[in-house]
Amino acid sequence: MNEISHSGTGLSHKSLSHSARRANAIITGLAIGVVVIVGISLLLGRYPIDPIQAIEMLVNCVVPIEQSWTDQQATLFFNVRLPRILLALMVGCCLSVAGAAYQGTFQNPLVSPDILGASQGAAFGAALAILAGFTGAMVSVSAFFMSLFTVFLVLLISSRAKGNHMMVVVLAGVMVSSLFQAGVSYTKLIADPNNDELADITYWLMGSLTGAKMSQVGIVFPILLIGCAVLFALRWRINILTMGDDEASTMGVNARVIRVIVIVAATFVTAACVSVTGMIGWVGLVIPHLCRMLIGADYRKLIPASMLMGAGFLLVVDDIARLATTAEIPIGILTAFVGAPFFLYLITRKKKI
Amino acid sequence: MSISIENLSFSYGSKQVLHDLSFDIPDGMLVNVLGPNGVGKSTLFRCILGLNQHYTGRVLVNDKDIKSLSIRERAREISYIPQTHASVYDYEVVDVVLMATGSDLKMLTNPGEAQRQRAYGALERIGIADFAHRMYTQISGGEQQLVLIARALAQNARTIVMDEPTSALDYGNTVRVLSCVRQLAHEGLSIIQSTHNPDHAFLYSDRTLVLKDGRIDAYGTPHEVITSELISGLYSVDVEVNSLYGDKVRICVPKHEIEARQERMDYETR
Repeated sequence: MNEISHSGTGLSHKSLSHSARRANAIITGLAIGVVVIVGISLLLGRYPIDPIQAIEMLVNCVVPIEQSWTDQQATLFFNVRLPRILLALMVGCCLSVAGAAYQGTFQNPLVSPDILGASQGAAFGAALAILAGFTGAMVSVSAFFMSLFTVFLVLLISSRAKGNHMMVVVLAGVMVSSLFQAGVSYTKLIADPNNDELADITYWLMGSLTGAKMSQVGIVFPILLIGCAVLFALRWRINILTMGDDEASTMGVNARVIRVIVIVAATFVTAACVSVTGMIGWVGLVIPHLCRMLIGADYRKLIPASMLMGAGFLLVVDDIARLATTAEIPIGILTAFVGAPFFLYLITRKKKI
Repeated sequence: MSISIENLSFSYGSKQVLHDLSFDIPDGMLVNVLGPNGVGKSTLFRCILGLNQHYTGRVLVNDKDIKSLSIRERAREISYIPQTHASVYDYEVVDVVLMATGSDLKMLTNPGEAQRQRAYGALERIGIADFAHRMYTQISGGEQQLVLIARALAQNARTIVMDEPTSALDYGNTVRVLSCVRQLAHEGLSIIQSTHNPDHAFLYSDRTLVLKDGRIDAYGTPHEVITSELISGLYSVDVEVNSLYGDKVRICVPKHEIEARQERMDYETR
């Protein structure tokens, strides 16, 4: 009996190394963790929703089943709790995976998804839209396209610069970001404090998942899905990019093409996230680092691990944001509270990052 | 012919680095390129690898024009062993080797069991299979260089370019790495490597190519090529070339130091 089962599994055991099995276990663990956090998040709040009932309500959308919940609960679930949880999961997942991808393509563990100006560009776009009197979706649209425009501008400038290309791109990103930050400051200066313009801009800059709607989720979901799918598919090739362009090229990988694809995918994903939620910093820097400590630098494992951990992390932080005090705390403030000290820890600890 | 260069010239802007080079490297040969810093060795290698494409003349690798090949096709013909360098991220040794196995994979596919076997096979061939799951940054410089050699083997190309493979290594690792490279040439691979040490050329190489001011100064067996006149012309150091073990091996000794040793010995016996 024992022997038969051994001969059946012998080969696959041998081909999977200890580290590969460990990585699979960690990724499975993270996935289970996310599911558990979703269940707990449903229960949290003034009107808790039983996770079992939530599943029943979802099944009911496809196959009608016997109703064990009140209509009020269904409204709360579909219009408030579910979109908010989904948005937190998506944004956390995407900012983390974009951060991991940027860190790989720039061969620099200290860059974050807004290094090329995606966040500051989005902030400027949003501020302009608010200043022009728009609200809701138009603010997001303006933020999204201004974000893409900013990154395009950075890449255009750096393609004309001489010297170490990767360094130039990062420097150009920092400079253009500060330019747009100045633009945002100016819009705040001239915004009318009496009709909520100033408050709206300030609040947008702090980032929040409040008022997440199913329609928002529906619009950004395809962009995020495509972006993440691209990054996931190219995850092994990001490993090779970290060796530098010339070495990658001698190994048969067109580093420039892969890098452009990765940057475009990561930028679309970041722009889509911040245009809906406002600025949520640090997640994209911190989560890939935590995952690297946990699972190693191999992007084949790092990308899925970052997706899962980022999703779970942002959902937890959002739960804290909506429940810690009676008035909601903007989630961007909380991620900075967690992220900044962690960043200081990273740059001061002795071991190599 | 493994590498065939015809009338190769290359300029950085207005500065011409390579002047009308022509030479052939037959299959299965270990060729050492000798020349002072800045003479154009790295530029020559970059042209052979297809990293510098703005040259005039022709570069053929395994009888294929390097300019006519795609990046993936190039990687199947020729591989590159860089100097060991600090890596930003830490990978397992086997994953570093695996990176070179992608030239026959489609854009969106990741390496599978076949590629993994190739990586393990390359590590075994170099004799470092037990390093497979150690972290690349935590092994010694010499071991890292061996891993990069294994990586080039896993690429399955017949021709290998090495840029100063031992410049950062201690004596023991230098001997181990160069002897491993020599063994690979005996097994049929063609290898072109740069070196600063003429003694290495005598010990390990089949042919020596001497570059001076971007031109070929000499090309032939190390015994024919490396003479005291050549070394003093290249490096402005007067050396005496000594023959050892019935002329199986030769070494260069700086003349000035021979005289200085004599003076020291005279002083001490006085």
